[in-house]
Amino acid sequence: MRHLIDIMDLTVEELDEMIAEAKDIIAQPEKYAHVCAGKKLATLFFEPSTRTRLSFEAAMYELGGNVLGFSEAQSSSAAKGESVADTIRTVGCYADIIAMRHPKEGAPIAGTRRSTVPVINAGDGGHNHPTQTLTDLLTISREKDRLDHLTIGLCGDLKFGRTVHSLINAMSRYPGNRFVLISPDELRIPEYLRYETLIKKEQDFVETDDLEGAMPELDILYMTRVQRERFFNEQDYLRLKDSYILTPDKLDNAKADLSILHPLPRVNEISVAVDDDPRARYFEQVLNGKFIRMALILKLLKEAGTIE
Amino acid sequence: MIIGKIEDGIVLDHIKAGQGMKLHEILNLDKLDCEVALIQNAQSSKMGRKDILKIDRLIDLNIDAVGYVDPGITVNIIKDGELAKRTHLDLPEEIVDIVKCKNPRCITTIEQELPQVFKLTDRKAKVYRCKYCESKAK
Repeated sequence: MRHLIDIMDLTVEELDEMIAEAKDIIAQPEKYAHVCAGKKLATLFFEPSTRTRLSFEAAMYELGGNVLGFSEAQSSSAAKGESVADTIRTVGCYADIIAMRHPKEGAPIAGTRRSTVPVINAGDGGHNHPTQTLTDLLTISREKDRLDHLTIGLCGDLKFGRTVHSLINAMSRYPGNRFVLISPDELRIPEYLRYETLIKKEQDFVETDDLEGAMPELDILYMTRVQRERFFNEQDYLRLKDSYILTPDKLDNAKADLSILHPLPRVNEISVAVDDDPRARYFEQVLNGKFIRMALILKLLKEAGTIE
Repeated sequence: MIIGKIEDGIVLDHIKAGQGMKLHEILNLDKLDCEVALIQNAQSSKMGRKDILKIDRLIDLNIDAVGYVDPGITVNIIKDGELAKRTHLDLPEEIVDIVKCKNPRCITTIEQELPQVFKLTDRKAKVYRCKYCESKAK
């Protein structure tokens, strides 16, 4: 059974095919309006999330399918101590495909051990969030018409930001990309990512704490939120949360065709005044999330033989 | 120091000096009721100093655990007082229930029946990572 746990589970060819399919969905949505008729998506959210869950549900509805699930662990059997694997196996009796989010890292791998239907990782703690990365790739591809030879600035919480980790892994597979990693010292990317993805694969990257200094060379600026829920210590969170706030004046030296992305939700790291700048593309990114999830649901259901 | 010959058992030789106790612990040798000898800092022409473990019974040895602790260890199987088989080890691709994930955010911390699986991700640097959360084995 094919699942999507990590963005690296997909080959570059598969990524390109899904991005092409998402673009086709955008161009001719009526063609896809009934392809999942009679099929069900279960959204199992052991950790609250509005955006990702609604995006999955909207995606399934637009494919003509139906949705069931829960949006917090308290309303599931996990509250009674059921294992993730048992929950997934049970839900697999009711649904054709599952999207799950869990606060513990690696929970989707544990969940797929006996799953009879495809499982999509909709975020596991600070670890992976492959559908956000698919969203980011579709957005970059639509903005720049390519995924190679780009300078990508990633700013904010690079330590716990799973979207950052997945995006670096994914973009490192396309040639000629340069990564500018902008964060305070305490929130730099984890050692394993620096070593195994960037250094070992000889990627072009630089680490800095100077957002404005890095701005002129960027094609993409990917802002992230410092996430309160990733810190064990409230003091550390309070000290670091306002490290980077993007305001219109900081964009003075930016390229005219810069694309500003953010996985959302934002707190204050992008000033609302930036929203009116044509380079602010984060709400288009949200919409792209629905389209790429449609393409993903189609791919996994086709591979499972559930739809033609 | 004299430690007698064994008739049927296992000799783990060429253990890096200082690693013998760790291996004794990982292999749960304290649970055996047969004779087990741990020789520390034995003289070795090849290694200078080495540790040796002698187990006076043919147990079902967890070879992956031995290879994980030190792939340079030689496993000698003794039958009827003679060397029956000598195995040179390599780092195993995967180890199961030998080390525990120390990441407090890992799913294995709340689901304790899950097998603790670590995969070899860098042979040269001998790096193992948790199958679930990808944290390094410590």
